[in-house]
Amino acid sequence: MKLLFEKSVAGRRCALLPKCDVEAVDLPKALLRENPPALPELSEVDLARHYTELNHRVHGVNCGFYPLGSCTMKYNPRIDEDMAALPGFAGIHPLAPKETVRGCMEVFDTARKYLCEITGMDDMTFQPAAGAHGEFTGVLLIKQYHKTRGDEKRTKIIVPDSAHGTNPATAAMCGYEVVNIPSAPDGCVDLEALKGVLGDDTAGLMLTNPNTVGIFDENILEITRLVHEAGGLCYYDGANLNAVMGIVRPGDMGFDCIHMNLHKTFATPHGGGGPGAGAVGCKAFLKQFLPASKLMQGGDRIQVRSFMGNFLVVVRALTYLLTLGREGIPEAAENAVLNANYLMQKIKGTFEPAFDRICMHEFVLDLSEYKKETGVSALDVAKALIDYGMHPPTMYFPMIVHEALMLEPTETESKETLDWAAEVFREVYARGKTDPAYLHDAPHHAQIGRPDEVRASRNPVLRYTKP
Amino acid sequence: MSYVPSTPEQRQAMLATVGVDSYRDLYRDVPKEMLLSHALDLPEGMSELEVSRAVSAMAAKNKQFSTILRGAGAYDHYIPAIVKSIPQKEEFLTAYTPYQAEMSQGVLQSIFEYQTMICELTGMDVSNASVYDGATAAAEAAAMCRDRKRRVTLISGASHPETINTVRTYCFGTGDELKVVPIKDGKTDPEALKELLTPEVASFYVQQPNFYGLIEDAEALGALTHAAGALYVMGCNPIALGLLKTPRECGADIAVGEGQPLGLPLGFGGPYLGYMATTQKLMRKLPGRIVGETVDDKGERAYVLSLQAREQHIRREKASSNICSNEALCALTAAVYLAAMGPDGIREVASQCTAKAHYLFRKLTELKGVQPVYNGPFFHEFVTSLPRRDEVLSALEREGILGGLPVEGGVLWCVTEKVPKSELDRAVAIVKEVLGA
Amino acid sequence: MNIPVELKYAASHEWVRYEEGVAVIGITDYAQNALGDVVFVNLPQEGDEVTAGEAFGDIESVKAVSDLNSPVSGTVCAVNEELLDAPELLNSDPYGAWIIKVADVGETEELMDAAAYEAHCEAEQ
Repeated sequence: MKLLFEKSVAGRRCALLPKCDVEAVDLPKALLRENPPALPELSEVDLARHYTELNHRVHGVNCGFYPLGSCTMKYNPRIDEDMAALPGFAGIHPLAPKETVRGCMEVFDTARKYLCEITGMDDMTFQPAAGAHGEFTGVLLIKQYHKTRGDEKRTKIIVPDSAHGTNPATAAMCGYEVVNIPSAPDGCVDLEALKGVLGDDTAGLMLTNPNTVGIFDENILEITRLVHEAGGLCYYDGANLNAVMGIVRPGDMGFDCIHMNLHKTFATPHGGGGPGAGAVGCKAFLKQFLPASKLMQGGDRIQVRSFMGNFLVVVRALTYLLTLGREGIPEAAENAVLNANYLMQKIKGTFEPAFDRICMHEFVLDLSEYKKETGVSALDVAKALIDYGMHPPTMYFPMIVHEALMLEPTETESKETLDWAAEVFREVYARGKTDPAYLHDAPHHAQIGRPDEVRASRNPVLRYTKP
Repeated sequence: MSYVPSTPEQRQAMLATVGVDSYRDLYRDVPKEMLLSHALDLPEGMSELEVSRAVSAMAAKNKQFSTILRGAGAYDHYIPAIVKSIPQKEEFLTAYTPYQAEMSQGVLQSIFEYQTMICELTGMDVSNASVYDGATAAAEAAAMCRDRKRRVTLISGASHPETINTVRTYCFGTGDELKVVPIKDGKTDPEALKELLTPEVASFYVQQPNFYGLIEDAEALGALTHAAGALYVMGCNPIALGLLKTPRECGADIAVGEGQPLGLPLGFGGPYLGYMATTQKLMRKLPGRIVGETVDDKGERAYVLSLQAREQHIRREKASSNICSNEALCALTAAVYLAAMGPDGIREVASQCTAKAHYLFRKLTELKGVQPVYNGPFFHEFVTSLPRRDEVLSALEREGILGGLPVEGGVLWCVTEKVPKSELDRAVAIVKEVLGA
Repeated sequence: MNIPVELKYAASHEWVRYEEGVAVIGITDYAQNALGDVVFVNLPQEGDEVTAGEAFGDIESVKAVSDLNSPVSGTVCAVNEELLDAPELLNSDPYGAWIIKVADVGETEELMDAAAYEAHCEAEQ
């Protein structure tokens, strides 16, 4: 379809602003730009239709099944949007006097109370804007802790090789040397490997539990004890908190600080890639290192972005937390786990799970045998699912499983949807056995065929240029 | 309440299919002593109507101002209705990052259009799909510029205090040095900059207009920076770019800024939008998501997430940034805003901001005891002295007007196109009455 | 798999050819095949120092990035800038598309001959 710029007609515009009611002011000519920006010239109806057409070329979780592993694509309730749009929140200036923003502070305080109870932490910041940003903040807590104690020899962060790529990238952004340790075949921490790298240069360990293949590491208490014994701190990547909220708490597993993805676990919409919110919680002894807003809170804390965070995202998450409450929170986790296990059982017998055992909220299919047999890859299967209107699972992650497809159905899918999804997987499985070429060319009924990514990277075209 | 659709009977049937008796059985890998033995110490869940009441009651505890004369990094511009409604469409709203191009062309094209408009606004060659906010954009830009030999970052002391603090925190992370360039008469002191520009300096960041609203002599600062072999980063208010020289025209290597003025609500500080654009030469150092154009297997135009080898999921600890998202919905909002405004509209918004800010400046400084703190051209913010400052601001507040921000030496005022002349006159009258001037 | 006998090979899949005391360095057929379609090469500048066994640049395919290691220590005296515009040459002609030339060669990694390298690649598979 055409771009906005290709629909532009010189002289067309929207009627938005009144005439200026004060005398015009001319800034010195030397300060002014030579030409106006070549923005498109469109009427409001052009815009409405353009974006409606684009919107029809997007698949959201509220439109259909979205089992994207490790992304927790659960239904985003509409009431959350209504609450975030309240003028009493949306119209509030971050630097308004304290006594005029009590409601905003109540939102932060209430969300903090809920999330500390869920995680077993003592305090929390909402400043980080996303999960990776939360990781950065959390590891900076660890860095400040060691620095304040004058313990400068701790230069290494331990990360299992099954971790999300953000973990090592975060440790590097915090000036740490990354020590990758091999995982056991089930993605759990290899205790011997861990012991082998722990020492007085260990600053900390970053860990996801349940891990990235959807298995709860039963040695978790031993792991955190070993790290603490070596003088390091334990960081919990909250990517998979949806499996265990209200059931078991990272604080009770021995973790010192954690980040949560409010846009995953607490149902705020992803918006096509953001905004999210990466709340970071910590035990009391790390409280003094939490970031703050220089102008809103004062003091000399670290600060990872302006103001106090993605407030309107926190409003949505709080709305969700209040809705679920004491009993709804574990109910969500339990059903996330049930749905994953149910879907795994229903698919079994066709594509095989990488680990045939009870999983947590997600599971990994290993297609390497299937690929050997049929030539059909995980990528081919993923693309074939698109023709059914299903968003494909996460592909080729974690890297410790070859030809991996990772499925996370979440608790907001019904049994009917899961039965349908399993049926789709069965059909694709069978098709690949008899007609692999059809899957190599999939999708067949999508917005576009497979894009040429090599061309995109070799000759980058990153903006529209008028011919 | 929860959003689990399965009925109790269905749940039992599903447990049976899985081959377990109870939910607890599903958690068999969790050591028993670790399982929560009690219910969470939280209130019971609520129905939608109850939640709506509870959260609305919190919103009601905030004071809403009918007129806002405060900026300092968060600006109260008019948000057209269509700019509010399009990002609320269910599909745009609830999609994930567009990993699967075949079912995400709408998100990808909207970002490609956003990137193009940011390039137009800044004059730069390449834009990314956005980062968290203006402060993190400044910090990421500084990180882009550092290499093995050049590790020191310079930032103008006339930048937003929170931008300085954020860049300092990112530098603390990597163990690199940040030096703040002193200011003179409210603007970056070029002599001080010259002295600080040693061979170890990787980049210099200046905010345009600066924190005090003044328009910096950006070309001259850029020339000084380049003469020392460092890269030049400008943090520009995107509305001001409707009028002011583009970062490209000022010689910038990287243009960043807070995109909130482009149709995003104040929202008590977020979510906002950090835009980032650079030259062709630095393209592959740009962090974050970037959308590129290509063709599909039938030769039709298509869009994909491009240049991914720069990113953390491939480079892991060698990536220069860990960012793996963007503020896509905010970028969409900004794109709709810019498209709704068009080339004339964006200039008109900028002109009206300038005109109205100057009008308030004139009227306030006519009052006895209220003086300009700095001289020189400004855009839509300015600092005046203000006797009995707290009293004046309280009086304005009682009348539904959020006055300027108290800063050293006085008050930092801001006027946008949203404020009618009658409101400016009313504000001045209130100030006058308190001062008895 | 093409492994010319006249070249020397590093374990990290670079080849070396000596031309009048200057070491010419590229990547092997095995390496380009494992990477897939090369989309970009990050090159050093003339005059940069390189160290045996350490990275001097990197090479990107769509879904992977790999360090380019120098088998020798010395000073970069030439860079194949053609690769910036046509990185695909590394796929189509890996032994023709040299990447850098290094002068003042000092320390050198232990390098393999063609037969040893072939065994090395087979072991890796």
